[in-house]
Amino acid sequence: MADAQRAAGIRADGISKRFGDFVALDDVDLAVPSGRLTALLGPSGGGKSTLLRIIAGLDTADTGTVVIDGQDATRLPPQRREVGFVFQHYAAFKHLSVFRNVAFGLEVRRRPKAEIRARVHELLELVHLTQFADRLPAQLSGGQRQRMALARALAAEPKVLLLDEPFGALDAKVRKELRDWLRRLHDEVHVTTVFVTHDQEEALEVSDEIVVINHGRVEQVGSPNDLYDRPANEFVMEFLGPTTRLDGRLLRPHDIDVFADAAPGTVPAVVQRLQRVGFEVRADLRRTDGDQQTFWVQLTPGQVETLDLAVDTPVWVRPARRAAVIEPALT
Amino acid sequence: MAERTREDVLDDLDRVDRIDGAGSSGPDQPGEPDGSVGGPTPRPGRTRPPRPAGSGPVRWTLRLVAIGYVVVLVLLPLAVMLVRVFGDGLGAFVASVTAPEAVTSIILSVEVAVQSVVINTVFGLAAALLITRYRFWGRSALNALIDVPVSVSPVIAGLALILVYGQNGWFGGALAAVGVQVIYNAPGIVLATSFVTLPLVVRELVPVLEEIGLEQDQAGRALGANAWQRLWRLTLPSVRWALAYGVVLSLARALGEYGAVRVVAGNILGYTQTMPLLAAQRYTDLDENGAFAISFVMVAIAVLSIVVVAILRPKEES
Amino acid sequence: MAATTTTPVRPTRARAGRRPLPPGVLPLGAGSGLGLGLVTLYLSILVLLPLIAVVITSTEGGVAGFVDTLTNPAVSSAIVLTVLSALAATAVNVVAGTLVAWVLVRDRFVGRRLLSLVIDIPFALPTIVAGLVLIALYGIDSPIGITLAQTRAAIFVALLFVTLPFVVRAVQPVLEELDPDVEQAGASLGAGRLAIFVRLVLPNLVPAIAAGAALSFARSLGEYGSVTLISGSLPRRTEVASARMLSQIENDNLTGASVVAVVLLVIALIVIVGLNLVQRRAARRG
Repeated sequence: MADAQRAAGIRADGISKRFGDFVALDDVDLAVPSGRLTALLGPSGGGKSTLLRIIAGLDTADTGTVVIDGQDATRLPPQRREVGFVFQHYAAFKHLSVFRNVAFGLEVRRRPKAEIRARVHELLELVHLTQFADRLPAQLSGGQRQRMALARALAAEPKVLLLDEPFGALDAKVRKELRDWLRRLHDEVHVTTVFVTHDQEEALEVSDEIVVINHGRVEQVGSPNDLYDRPANEFVMEFLGPTTRLDGRLLRPHDIDVFADAAPGTVPAVVQRLQRVGFEVRADLRRTDGDQQTFWVQLTPGQVETLDLAVDTPVWVRPARRAAVIEPALT
Repeated sequence: MAERTREDVLDDLDRVDRIDGAGSSGPDQPGEPDGSVGGPTPRPGRTRPPRPAGSGPVRWTLRLVAIGYVVVLVLLPLAVMLVRVFGDGLGAFVASVTAPEAVTSIILSVEVAVQSVVINTVFGLAAALLITRYRFWGRSALNALIDVPVSVSPVIAGLALILVYGQNGWFGGALAAVGVQVIYNAPGIVLATSFVTLPLVVRELVPVLEEIGLEQDQAGRALGANAWQRLWRLTLPSVRWALAYGVVLSLARALGEYGAVRVVAGNILGYTQTMPLLAAQRYTDLDENGAFAISFVMVAIAVLSIVVVAILRPKEES
Repeated sequence: MAATTTTPVRPTRARAGRRPLPPGVLPLGAGSGLGLGLVTLYLSILVLLPLIAVVITSTEGGVAGFVDTLTNPAVSSAIVLTVLSALAATAVNVVAGTLVAWVLVRDRFVGRRLLSLVIDIPFALPTIVAGLVLIALYGIDSPIGITLAQTRAAIFVALLFVTLPFVVRAVQPVLEELDPDVEQAGASLGAGRLAIFVRLVLPNLVPAIAAGAALSFARSLGEYGSVTLISGSLPRRTEVASARMLSQIENDNLTGASVVAVVLLVIALIVIVGLNLVQRRAARRG
């Protein structure tokens, strides 16, 4: 990635934010490349929303600087940061039509009427809400409202688009649709985008780059595959997907090979429970050597059949060759 | 409730508020409705972080203007009066409020207030139940009619009662024939007081009854409770706080009604003179401090009722 | 429930309607029918019949009597004074009440809860005491040297005193429910503080402000107790309509008093209906 591209995106350096005794952000550095879709991923209360709001100017940091598109924005009020912000609960202007909602940013900038009309219609087309232009937000579904909010945020051509848990208030199906749609939209508009989510699947699916934030610190930055395959620590590994522990090492339950007979490097275990969930079978196993440790393995129904697994079946297991593994701490 | 999902910014800000709250404004909670007398009951809203009303100078200006306005308009005159109550010394104050005409006025006020509040409580409960639980022809009219006293001058209320129950009124003759004098007599005062306090109990009960709905009552019915048992054991206990402040509000208002009572009472010293009438009388007779003294009794009742309501109200939430 | 933005802004008693019986509602039975009868009887005895009597009595002098009463200088100046004072007090309340509500909801400072309690004092204080309280400060021997006794300004101040809570208490709950994200969204879209308030916040408050203003105006129109002593009720100068009616009643001119009463009731009705329309129009858009 070119340095110039980094400079053109968002840079936040040394951001700290305390709320009384509570440390929301602890000396966080963040560099969001221009034109990319970046996810801030982490558990609730970890500080990722606070960071997003500091970038938008809706909160102020105790220390640190924010640079947006090469311009120092640390002291700028939100009005002058040229960011588009999308809220979890839409923040729709209830008394204004969909058209006027989208037009708002242009109206306060006193753009000519004709220009506003053209731009709003262009955006409504982009978010597939053209036929709803005259409706009130109350007459829209949650997903439609959030698309309206997106169009509204994009109207004044912001330098960056910030989305705070944009799909958090929607039900699972709409969520999934909007997620795909956001990805396609971004491929079309290419505006530098940061979105906050606590849903790792969402982050893995949609973003170009993921920043994992926990306890006010950045745990790891990387592409979705990087993070999944090479997690920096136990927290990232556990947050990004299911894990289990074998020999004290943390690894993914689908990264454990199961054999009917002993093989090099394997340890013996016995099946305690089999549970089929759709196309996946969860096998709870217990080691029959050493400390009788329990762990679980993710298998396909095909594997279960081939291995002829049932409760009390003895098996031999070992980590798969290219498994992502976090070794136990040296204590 | 999906919308209460706490994403972290709300968490964070809630923490700030807790800290702020502990540091500055004591018992304040975000979104906690304040005790209010007679106003619309604030709904127990979602807890939202309070946000500053602008930053720096704007915020301070707004705050000072608001506080200044309320203090100058209400608190300052009230404080001055309280000082002047004791202008002639404590002895004069005591003498003033224990004078025979003062004592009879206090007794009459209390008697009238109690009677009209009892009547309006029974009526208020019945009307609130009808409005919230039943649908019938004329329901909106009934609902609107209950609010009429709020928008009618108390003098008009008194006039209206005279026209019907006065000596030359519609029913005056018939009532006189059976030996009942309403106007210029205690029953007239009770009627006038009931008129002006009519909506208070109903308006406290209706939102609470709407909130609890019918399920409880239907469950009671399914368990074999009759209407009377359901009222006493289910409905009344669930609305007791709303009923309590409806009663407190009505009492406070009833003790202090002036205009309507003035019209129908005739202001007969020691007979139909309530506390407010006595206060006005004393002022007209140039006994300003005597008027302030009896007013002090009414201020004490008013402040007490505000405090009682403020204490009662938050209990509804839990 | 994705309710977030659909909460209607109208206060409690909006739902009357001719819809089919909603769930949780009963048809009248024998007991409740009897209850309805008694409630209606009580309302008729106490409110309906007396008010009808006022209307009928006002017509006893015929059109000529009606006109005569209203063209009486003392009556006409009392009505004009009352309406103008009520309008002025309501206008101030709309601004000051909204501001006080804003500070109560959005600001945090020591004594906020006390401020909230003080706002209720005018509701709980007997009107005659309110008048005496104002006399203590603004009377002939005013300790601060401002004497308003027997002036029209006294009427204005007394009306502000007794109507203080109406707009505040109407706006406060709506403001509490308002989504703060909306204002932040406005800010990040480039709207300044004033634009945010005027274009995003105020439209949501309009129904509540209108409701508070209607109550405040109706109360001002009929106010008597707090006004009478401090204004001195000088005919054609500081006498409000209620004081005029009282003096008519005391002079046994019940017909004249009824005429004034009907005029006041009609004015109140017009303003209440008008503000109700404002409320409805604004609410329909929410």
